[in-house]
Amino acid sequence: MAHALADPWTQGFVQRAFLELALLGIVGSALGCWVLFYELSYGAESLAHSLFPGLVLAALAGIPLVLGAAGGVLVAAAAIAVFGRTPEIGRDTAIAVVITTLFGLGVLLALAPASPPGLNELLFGDLLGVSGTDLAIAAGLSVIVLTSLVLLHRQLLAVGFDRANAVTFGARPVLVDLALLGLLAAAIVIGVQGLGNLLVLAVLVGPAATARVVASRLLPMMCLAAVIAITCGAGGLYLSYYAETAGGASVAGITLAVYLGVRLGAAAQASVARRFLANSRKRARSSSPGPSGGSLA
Amino acid sequence: MTALLSVRGLASGYGSVPVLDGLSFELDPGERIGVLGPNGGGKTTLFKALLGILPLLAGQIDSAGRFGYVPQTERSRLDYPVSALDVALMGALSRIAWWQPPGRTERRNAQTALTRVGLGDQSDEQFGELSGGQRQRVLVARALVQDGPVLLLDEPFTGVDQPSAELLDRLLDGLAAEGRGVLIATHDLEQARRWDRVLCLNRRQIAFGPPEQVLTRAVLEETYGGEIVTLPSGSGEQVGILPPHHH
Repeated sequence: MAHALADPWTQGFVQRAFLELALLGIVGSALGCWVLFYELSYGAESLAHSLFPGLVLAALAGIPLVLGAAGGVLVAAAAIAVFGRTPEIGRDTAIAVVITTLFGLGVLLALAPASPPGLNELLFGDLLGVSGTDLAIAAGLSVIVLTSLVLLHRQLLAVGFDRANAVTFGARPVLVDLALLGLLAAAIVIGVQGLGNLLVLAVLVGPAATARVVASRLLPMMCLAAVIAITCGAGGLYLSYYAETAGGASVAGITLAVYLGVRLGAAAQASVARRFLANSRKRARSSSPGPSGGSLA
Repeated sequence: MTALLSVRGLASGYGSVPVLDGLSFELDPGERIGVLGPNGGGKTTLFKALLGILPLLAGQIDSAGRFGYVPQTERSRLDYPVSALDVALMGALSRIAWWQPPGRTERRNAQTALTRVGLGDQSDEQFGELSGGQRQRVLVARALVQDGPVLLLDEPFTGVDQPSAELLDRLLDGLAAEGRGVLIATHDLEQARRWDRVLCLNRRQIAFGPPEQVLTRAVLEETYGGEIVTLPSGSGEQVGILPPHHH
């Protein structure tokens, strides 16, 4: 048993995969809690998809993925702004059309016969193929994202608490929104190598959502989310190693299974607590003497 | 005496159509002004115009400094991970750079403000876990940390328990005694009668002046329309308004 547990860790590619997941877990948890409180989960998913052609073009041109992601975000934001202003299209439709179009364009480029093989990794990730350079880039981006979150902490707190009046108190909603957009794009770049564009959101939102079920304060919530993300990452690696399943999909699957388990557990616990409370009230009523007196002694 | 706030011919609203038009009043140091009006009558619009959140479509606002602001508490989020101290500290944001954490002075000010609203021992509690009245007091503490000469309170007594209401009442008296000016939007006529002046709004200025001159049946009918009722009282007939409907 001990041998089976230790065996995968003797492999360099498993160690690198785990480090990549740990970095993404820590960054994703800190950022993911804000994504939840800003109700940006769907927005983050859309962002991941819309910057996909940027990633593919960067990979094709051999430039850093982070530059491609930045270009992708700018193009998507500009397209949504332009089409969203057209009254007969509307913002909601504009977002759906722009994101699907961009994502489709990215897939077309990535899977074109003329494109070099391996670009489809950007879609599904290649967790066990993470290189030392990938790790170094992910570590650099992680430091940037975490430092930004620390510096922006009070602003994030104030804008999320009361967006309508935030300006009155000296908070800057535009700065906060743009910063969150940029940090999300950076986190997606950190995760895309390991989990791919389609699955990276699992680690951005899943652990934070799980932690929110049990923790109500921000710092404990972020720390718990990071522990959950790293544990699920290790679990996914074992699954992938022994069941020979796809690495990224295994991690994403376990992360979401843990969320569902904790959510159901909390619901069951709440139901038991309600029943206990109702029973103890009933007992209290039956043991106290009624208005006509209840004692025969 | 120089007024802390002077408003002349103010018109404001959402977009280019004024929701509120023709306002002219001034607020002196140490003065409490009750702002009366029906829901949708322009009380919140007036505050947002003063704060610069809504555009000034006409007129002029002269103020002696920044405002402390208490928005309606029913709009705040209860599932949000902030402590009472975190919320009070938001009042200091405009004095520090966006990337700076609040320093020792700001923390001390926030703690003092919480103590002043009777929540000194609860500064570490989650905002959403406090009672409605306590949450309102935290928002007042945040306005105190803003430390402006003028305070704007948007219906601070709505949905507040009796002890919190009494504490707020005493606090408003104390702030006026310090020489600050206080504008309070309210639905409570009895309370407004005790303050220094009253501003009656219904999309325009109906009346402005001392309560004993302004709070007449004619003015209240014009301000509230059909929501006005007559209440019997010991000294004869007294006019009141129906409780506000909140949607």
